[in-house]
Amino acid sequence: MMRARVAYAGAIHDATPAPLPQSQSSQSPGHEDLQLADGRVVAAEDVVWLPPFEPGTVIALGLNYADHAKELAFKAQDEPLVFLKGPGTLLGHRGVTRRPSGVKFMHYECELAVVIGRTAKQVARSQALAHVAGYCIANDYAVRDYLENWYRPNLRAKNRDGATVLGPWFVDAADVADAGNLGLRTFVNGNLTQSGNTRDLIVDVPSLIEYLSAFMTLSPGDVILTGTPEGVVNVMPGDVVTSEIDGLGRLVNTIAADDEFGR
Amino acid sequence: MQAGAGCFSIPFDVPPYRLSGAVYGALLNHRSALAVLGDAVFRPPYDAPPHAPVLFIKPRNTLAASGSVVMIPAGTSELEVGASLGLVIGRTACRVSESRALDYVAGYLIVADVSIPHSNYHRPSVRFKARDGYCPLGPAVTARAAVANPDALAIRTYLDGALMQTASTADLIRPAARLLADVTDFMTLAPGDVLALGAAGPAPRVSSGGIVTIEIDGLGSLRNPFMEAPA
Repeated sequence: MMRARVAYAGAIHDATPAPLPQSQSSQSPGHEDLQLADGRVVAAEDVVWLPPFEPGTVIALGLNYADHAKELAFKAQDEPLVFLKGPGTLLGHRGVTRRPSGVKFMHYECELAVVIGRTAKQVARSQALAHVAGYCIANDYAVRDYLENWYRPNLRAKNRDGATVLGPWFVDAADVADAGNLGLRTFVNGNLTQSGNTRDLIVDVPSLIEYLSAFMTLSPGDVILTGTPEGVVNVMPGDVVTSEIDGLGRLVNTIAADDEFGR
Repeated sequence: MQAGAGCFSIPFDVPPYRLSGAVYGALLNHRSALAVLGDAVFRPPYDAPPHAPVLFIKPRNTLAASGSVVMIPAGTSELEVGASLGLVIGRTACRVSESRALDYVAGYLIVADVSIPHSNYHRPSVRFKARDGYCPLGPAVTARAAVANPDALAIRTYLDGALMQTASTADLIRPAARLLADVTDFMTLAPGDVLALGAAGPAPRVSSGGIVTIEIDGLGSLRNPFMEAPA
């Protein structure tokens, strides 16, 4: 089951992919039509896409793909590099993210997001996946110009308004055969710039849940952004960034300049 | 913030009436806390003193009330307690000016940033700071109008009744209004969010059986016992 949360005609709705009319093939452009819980069928561009579930604590991983860590010239970590994000940074599908003027390097990060479904406290690796409700795509932006060496990655670089994009769909765990073998891709203006696979995670999903739940209780709605592979490139105002993960859909975001935000 | 398991709030009688559950804090924002590091701030892995505010997040599993027991994990003998004034945001604060910043504050409370002691501030230290119950706050939210000057409040930390540390919000590198302006330049704060301004250093330490009480002028006191976790 794939579910979205959208705003439409004065309310927030749960929505699912609309059944395709018999006359259209699955390749048709109408594929993103939605069916709201109340039965209405609406076009993807006629709704406001919100993050597809109500996120609790947002936990993120840095340097969790060997190739990306190498790309950034980091040596292996003693333990997972974990940081937290606040609710103000979240954004849904087809949203707009600001690039501050004057910065040299702002990049996307396509990541598998793991949504907790059952309270997890001191959970062993072997039991970890029983605590997962489902998955979605995350695009976790960074502005590297603002990185400092204090509690790195610091919030000014990684916890900016609109810089954590989630969606478009929440996909039930039962519908993902193997979260440890999913291809991830990013396209900038249609050109493939990042490609990886979750099989290359340094700390995989079950181990992350074991590590985290050993010291913090994870609750339903908490979400773990598992890190990004190599292939991060600078993005500019006007760029359309599409993050794609096998079976989870395509998450679209557009970069905007300061002036669109009244700066 | 999703309601339900692990969600903690304190009702109060000015808008927005409840905490949102999002708690942010500034680290090394008290002159004495930065002074503890001395010349190390110029050396690797830091290379330079902080430029932007050094912020951390206390997630919802850490939030706890006055009176709740803070657990010391096996293999750790002492915890650190960072005593701080916390701002409770009253209305959406995005790019607020320093001169208007306090208009966005609904009230104040005491925040105890509990950590497993760690000497390295290079990484976010989630394992040391985000454990269950490691952010007692309260005892209540005192309305902004009841606090004449948030930049001149004494913060006293007691261990088992003995005074361990006295600090003042007058010694913050970024006082309340300045910090709000700098933080909301890149991250919007929502009604009910908490921003802890920063603790003095060195942070008092407490071992199993100790009771820590933090007092701030006009805000009451936050009192929490510390106990060794069962093996």
